[in-house]
Amino acid sequence: MTDFIYELKQVHKKFVKGQESVEIFDGLDLGIKRGDFVSIMGPSGSGKTTLLNMLGGVDRPSSGALLFDGNPINDLNEGQLAKWRADHIGFIFQFYNLMPMLTAEKNVELPLLLKKLSPKKRKENVATALELVGLGERAKHRPNELSGGQQQRVAIARAIVSDPDVLLCDEPTGDLDRSTATDILENLQLLNKEFNKTIIMVTHDPVAAAYANTSLHLDKGVFVEKDVAA
Amino acid sequence: MSALLPQIRTVVSMNILSLPQRMWMALTTLLAVAIVVAVLLAFLAMANGFQTTVKNSGSDALGIGLRAGSQAELNSGLSNEQVKLIVEAPGIKRNADGPISSAELYVVVGGVRKSTGLEANLSLRGIELDGVALRPGVEIMEGRMFTPGKNEIVVGRAVWRDYENFEIGDEIRLGTANWRVVGIFSANGGVYESEIWTDVRTVQTQFNRGNTYQVVRFALETPGDVEKIQAYSDNNPQLNFDISTEKEYFSEQAEGIFNIIFYIGWPLAIIMALGALAGALNTMYTSVSQRTQEIATLRAIGFTGLSAFIGTMVESLLLAILGGVLGTGAAFLFFDGMQGSTLGSSFTQIVFDFQMSRESLVSGMQIAVLIGLVGGFFPALKAARIPVVKAFSMQH
Ligand SMILES: Nc1ncnc2c1ncn2[C@@H]1O[C@H](COP(=O)(O)OP(=O)(O)OP(=O)(O)O)[C@@H](O)[C@H]1O
Ligand SMILES: [Mg+2]
Repeated sequence: MTDFIYELKQVHKKFVKGQESVEIFDGLDLGIKRGDFVSIMGPSGSGKTTLLNMLGGVDRPSSGALLFDGNPINDLNEGQLAKWRADHIGFIFQFYNLMPMLTAEKNVELPLLLKKLSPKKRKENVATALELVGLGERAKHRPNELSGGQQQRVAIARAIVSDPDVLLCDEPTGDLDRSTATDILENLQLLNKEFNKTIIMVTHDPVAAAYANTSLHLDKGVFVEKDVAA
Repeated sequence: MSALLPQIRTVVSMNILSLPQRMWMALTTLLAVAIVVAVLLAFLAMANGFQTTVKNSGSDALGIGLRAGSQAELNSGLSNEQVKLIVEAPGIKRNADGPISSAELYVVVGGVRKSTGLEANLSLRGIELDGVALRPGVEIMEGRMFTPGKNEIVVGRAVWRDYENFEIGDEIRLGTANWRVVGIFSANGGVYESEIWTDVRTVQTQFNRGNTYQVVRFALETPGDVEKIQAYSDNNPQLNFDISTEKEYFSEQAEGIFNIIFYIGWPLAIIMALGALAGALNTMYTSVSQRTQEIATLRAIGFTGLSAFIGTMVESLLLAILGGVLGTGAAFLFFDGMQGSTLGSSFTQIVFDFQMSRESLVSGMQIAVLIGLVGGFFPALKAARIPVVKAFSMQH
């Protein structure tokens, strides 16, 4: 057995729009270790989001193998994939993607609605997750009553509440100022160190990338060696 | 799925909570459905009330003779000789005074509607004294019967209620003569309540009709059996009658009008329903596109496409059902028990009540639910098929 949580073998990804087809990945190989904090940088259009989508099971490789814990996930059907995501993956988005109609607490509860849990147990887990990101007092607030940084912390609480193995973050600090961003990155680092979450974070920001243990640089669909400003 | 119910409950509540975002659209849809249902119910109530009125009016035990091919009283014409002959036909009931029959003549006069102050047509019917007995259910409510040979009238309840100057003791000009109102009669809510009665010979004189009639009415020995009488007329070269029971006659008269009401009501409701449906589709497509990122995000978290489908359907159904309830309420408020009147095929007013029936209420709700189902279905399908990657696409 390997200690890779993700293994990509000869992954191809091609988008076809009309006559044209764009080859984003042309035989990508990659291993990500369990418990690692990986940052992925690269120019716009290099395929970072596409890669993250495939890792999260919301998009599929055109060909090649994508293994999670040694099991191929490209064979799963939509329903199985949805369940797999609910069990293993937490997503953190650049624009938080909170449900504007729901309170922080209800937003965080969403992933738990997919589990067989009593309402009481759900409430406990939600409270724990909100405490962890330091928003215990804001449980009853709606997203529009929270700052950007607070919203992103609610989103982090939502991502971790069902105790997934992996957090996938697409520019989690892209919409935040420096000090708020630092806050969020420290949160992520804590989750990585204390709770052993595997974190894969796409970012444009070298300072953010520096919080990771492994920094990857994607260019034109391949990983290139590059010095990362530390 | 492991826990579909809480999933669906949450998605549904999110749909509903987000309704204020598209409040005007949603309200417009709701209102459109309400109008469709109200219009349909009004028409059905009208058709219903009309049918009931006509049903209450006809009897099987009575026969009616008109000139062959005339179809309605007003087009018919009978001579005194023809009437004298036909009442001797076998199958017509007799008593000590001879055949139980009434030869009648019917003219159109003007009356003023209380509600509008406008003139409308009323029928003044000249009858023979047997004519009252030949109409079961007719009762003098107030006053007394007219005296033959005098210009006295008795007035049907609906006329008395809806038209001016028909109180007992009133003197009213009908045609070229003055008439005194001496009684008010009811007829179980039947069509006769929309008539004014007097002595047939007085009508002949006052309206210059010589010695002619339009219709002869008689009691049947065997209820429903008019064949013998028809055969008697057919076999006598002097006679050319169309004989029918009173019930048959009324339902023939009413059928045309019932059909008009019924067959205008439904198509109109359906055309309007298509409009409401377009509105519902538009609202629901907007709902789905406004929530694309929400739905995709839920899907990324692991929610099923089914929950997005159901959420959208419930929102649509909710709007449609609320619209249906509103429309039903409005129809009840405005139309139930309201009086309508129509130009009968004999050009006179038949006054009837709008009647809501259980069936029409069900029809109303069915059409509302149908709008909700169809209006929700396609947008819901779209919602269920939103690609999960949309959660990551930049739209803010
Ligand atoms: N659904 C799609 N259909 C067609 N082309 C797509 C699709 N999604 C992405 N692409 C293309 O694939 C390429 C990589 O896109 P991707 O979003 O992965 O880039 P990225 O590295 O995340 O860029 P950015 O830094 O701007 O977010 C781009 O050229 C993009 O236009
Ligand atoms: Mg991207």
